[in-house]
Amino acid sequence: MSKKILLDKINVPGIKTYEVYRREGGYASVEKAMKSMTPDEVVEEVKKSGLRGRGGAGFPAGMKWSFIDKKSGKPRHLVCNADESEPGTFKDRYLMEFIPHLLIEGMITSSFALGANRSYIYIRGEYMWVFKILERAIAEAKAAGWLGKNILGTGYDLELHVHCGAGAYICGEETALIESLEGKRGNPRIKPPFPAVSGLWANPTVVNNVETIAAVPWIVNNSGDDYAKIGIGRSTGTKLISASGHVKNPGVYEIELGLSVDEFMNSDEYLGGMSSNRPLKALVPGGSSVPILPADLIFKTANGEDRLMTYESLSDGGFATGSMLGSGGFIVYDDTACIVRNTWNFSRFYHHESCGQCTPCREGTGWLEKVLWRIENGQGREEDIDLLWSIQSKIEGNTICPLGDAASWPVAAAIRHFREEFEYHVRFPERIKDRNHFVAEPFDKVRHLVSKQTV
Amino acid sequence: MERKHYEQEINMTESLMTRINELLSHYPEDKKKSALLPVLHEVQDAHDNWLSIALMDKVAEILGILPIEVYEVATFYTMYNLKPIGKYMFEFCQTSCCCLRGTEDLMDYTCEKLGVGIGETTADGLFEVRGVECLGACGYAPMMQLGDFYKEHLTKEKIDQIIADCRDNKIILHDK
Repeated sequence: MSKKILLDKINVPGIKTYEVYRREGGYASVEKAMKSMTPDEVVEEVKKSGLRGRGGAGFPAGMKWSFIDKKSGKPRHLVCNADESEPGTFKDRYLMEFIPHLLIEGMITSSFALGANRSYIYIRGEYMWVFKILERAIAEAKAAGWLGKNILGTGYDLELHVHCGAGAYICGEETALIESLEGKRGNPRIKPPFPAVSGLWANPTVVNNVETIAAVPWIVNNSGDDYAKIGIGRSTGTKLISASGHVKNPGVYEIELGLSVDEFMNSDEYLGGMSSNRPLKALVPGGSSVPILPADLIFKTANGEDRLMTYESLSDGGFATGSMLGSGGFIVYDDTACIVRNTWNFSRFYHHESCGQCTPCREGTGWLEKVLWRIENGQGREEDIDLLWSIQSKIEGNTICPLGDAASWPVAAAIRHFREEFEYHVRFPERIKDRNHFVAEPFDKVRHLVSKQTV
Repeated sequence: MERKHYEQEINMTESLMTRINELLSHYPEDKKKSALLPVLHEVQDAHDNWLSIALMDKVAEILGILPIEVYEVATFYTMYNLKPIGKYMFEFCQTSCCCLRGTEDLMDYTCEKLGVGIGETTADGLFEVRGVECLGACGYAPMMQLGDFYKEHLTKEKIDQIIADCRDNKIILHDK
């Protein structure tokens, strides 16, 4: 059994309630931090832990905290990013729904470390029932004296509220999230200034993912060094993985970073293999934005080493032969899935979610969607494949926020690894008329047609 | 483009105003605008799930901001409806992970059963079917959102049951 630090109590009956959570040792990190540590000592422990941002970027959390401007004397804020919207990712929802007080405890301890007296949890509007769960949990914590004025008699005040979005993927980008929290459209801001200097209401602000903040209580209760002992190298601690697609046991799993992809995919403790015992075709290991991997690069890297669930191993080989751990949205495809259709679907998503601020993204995501749609529907041309490559390369790196990159990478990776499948669509339009074209006849059965016919 | 004007009866009840004032208290006195998104949700829920211009103007007045500041937000976020919609809106997640588990076939089935196309409302105003982007339930696909709640691991049989429950007024849309 792998070590669990976020979900170790998840099966305790009633853990959703304050009473049970407290009885099981909850809120100990608040007591420990406020009574026996200085805020800077808490930051130091988080730095030592090597904890990396769990939203997708993997930036060291302690370092992010240390950037917050404490000199200006302006009010500081901690904002929890619970705008979970990356396709393939549903871990934060699980954590908030089933053990909400862990997040509240993490918010209090982390706000103390940052010297923030007003903090928010920004949750996506679709998670409305979770919003209500968090509101009630905050009220319980407040009634028990963990929030409000002069907490534990230390003189430290904290107001914590939950704020809901209204359906915009872009608000998961931290500056768009801040705009949205200010009651505006979710248009990302140009950085610098970074939120640590000028964030919510132009005050110094730290934005962290739910899972990142939920790891803080364990780090404070034990130590940063203890946390760093879990995992491998710079991938310390545990990670929640959301598994979906063609696997036997989809769902949310807490793994120790360093577990092999093979074990995670195939052991009964985790995903239990493919759902209908069909061959594995592809994997998106970290949410829709990260490059898709073909079957031969999933369990082994290009160098023949075992592929591990770590930031480093999943990105081994760069984008040529690797991918990213990202948000841990683990999407598995069997041979009935069509990579062209899947890529079109993702492109439609990014086009829909582009905020429209930067031309390359606003226009480019629409072009990607349209060109992919015509290929998928038998109206593609041979040169469309290079056209797609050209469009994605002109979006990447040319936008204010990473949504442009996120829209480009899946297209680039699909062409890189599955070019023949695009060629098949273009050359045999009559064979792909039905949207489930690979269900009856997987691509492996017809691949020979592509190599026989060249342009 | 032809624009149709829709009338809406505005009813800012005492309980709605209490809730709005509670939401306003979550932000600094001079940052009332921050409450805009949560307030729009509450106001919309209390008005048949859509926002007319007049209702948005009312929200602007309450928050002390310009009407345009409300419109630009209401048009940006997908959860705000700017015209009347079906009472029971089936919002199917149609992003890839759900499609791998058969969402598209299920949407076809639902549309056929209700006799509507995607984005259309049934003649009795009771149902509407929509395709939306990732709702964060990829492991429990196929799924849809109905009001404040998710309906997951859907099958044709479950869809039949949900439709019957809607007709029998057994579905709770909002957690108030």
